[in-house]
Amino acid sequence: MPLEKPYLDVPGTTIFDAEQSRKGYWLNQFCMSLMKAENRERFKADQRAYLDEWPMTEDQKQAVLAADLNRAIALGGNIYFLAKLGATHGKSFQQMAGSMTGMTEEEYRDMMLAGGRSAEGNRYTGENGTAQPQNQPQGHGSGKLL
Amino acid sequence: MAKITASVYTSHVPAIGAAIDLGKTTEPYWQPLFKGYEFSKQWFKDNKPDVIFLVYNDHATAFSLEMIPTFAIGTAAQYQPADEGWGHRPVPVVKGHPELAAHIAQSVIQQDFDLTIVNKMDVDHGLTVPLSLVCGTPSKDNFEWPCPVIPFAVNVVQYPVPSGRRCFELGKAIRRAVDSFDKDLKVQIWGTGGMSHQLQGPRAGLINKDWDNAFLDEMIASPETLANKPHIEYVREAGSEGIELVMWLIARGAMADTAGGKPPKVAHRFYHVPASNTAVGHLILENQA
Repeated sequence: MPLEKPYLDVPGTTIFDAEQSRKGYWLNQFCMSLMKAENRERFKADQRAYLDEWPMTEDQKQAVLAADLNRAIALGGNIYFLAKLGATHGKSFQQMAGSMTGMTEEEYRDMMLAGGRSAEGNRYTGENGTAQPQNQPQGHGSGKLL
Repeated sequence: MAKITASVYTSHVPAIGAAIDLGKTTEPYWQPLFKGYEFSKQWFKDNKPDVIFLVYNDHATAFSLEMIPTFAIGTAAQYQPADEGWGHRPVPVVKGHPELAAHIAQSVIQQDFDLTIVNKMDVDHGLTVPLSLVCGTPSKDNFEWPCPVIPFAVNVVQYPVPSGRRCFELGKAIRRAVDSFDKDLKVQIWGTGGMSHQLQGPRAGLINKDWDNAFLDEMIASPETLANKPHIEYVREAGSEGIELVMWLIARGAMADTAGGKPPKVAHRFYHVPASNTAVGHLILENQA
């Protein structure tokens, strides 16, 4: 019998469930290693060499090298793990979250100051809110963290 | 006998910790938020507990994907603040209360909640930011938190997280456990996390003031009903990380009115948008004699 997954029709959202966790195991564990200052230094000195120490897929490594958090999440990454990667690059949670919306840092910050993203039109896929594919990317950002 | 005297609810946004640590609390961006906690700091001084039972979630800090306990109680003598990637927060070591923690663990497991018992873990912003907000910044010459803390970590990272109902019933079991401890201790239970926020994907930045405020109303007046809210509503209405709010129900379940006592007194209520990506909600509920 299939598992109940009532969260697959929330637009612009990936729920980190057991399936995502299995796909992203090494990607996320690589991120955990960046909680040690010496590992952060080693990673920054040669990202490719550091990544090659981990049994991640090439796609996952490319997502990390490109600092593309949406791609990393699609490949099984979780934001709380990826936050260690963001921190290693000196980025805040706001910069990380903003990078996934297509907005520039300033555009995203302004949206938050204005009260954040409305839930209107963003509850179900097929509606017409700001997070829906037809309205993305939303701003003038690169979609990447760096 | 030990008694739960009050419950405190607050968001635990990491950027709030950074604002405190970097001395930015009076900047225009942060000033309205910290103003909302001025009452709380004074209230805490006036109502200092012997122990804080602090419900929070670990954000892939102590628990990587190697182990994901749904409910983990800290029974250690102390816990180090973690380096989450930005370096350690300059906050004191968190002293535990091993005696009460072990008592609660035994009692709650005997009430059919299968807790994971943890004797070694670092604690992250989920635990230290609420302490900073409500207890204030410890002075340099007496660099410690005002009382021992029992960390209680809930998995809200990997789905499925525990249901609101499960959390609420667990709170009731924790209250019974505290009530059965022989020493006279004043215990506060804190529920942290939320309110609406989403940190991932094109929908990042979601905030839902109406939903959050209705949640605060129900937390105060009708938690039994609130406990039945399904996960998917939190995700749809309050963002994928808004699911953290189920942890508030643990603290709420531990209040006296869930076992026939009087409804709690609302000592303080505060709501503010934004703190970084997040809507900040804060409540202080006191048990009535």
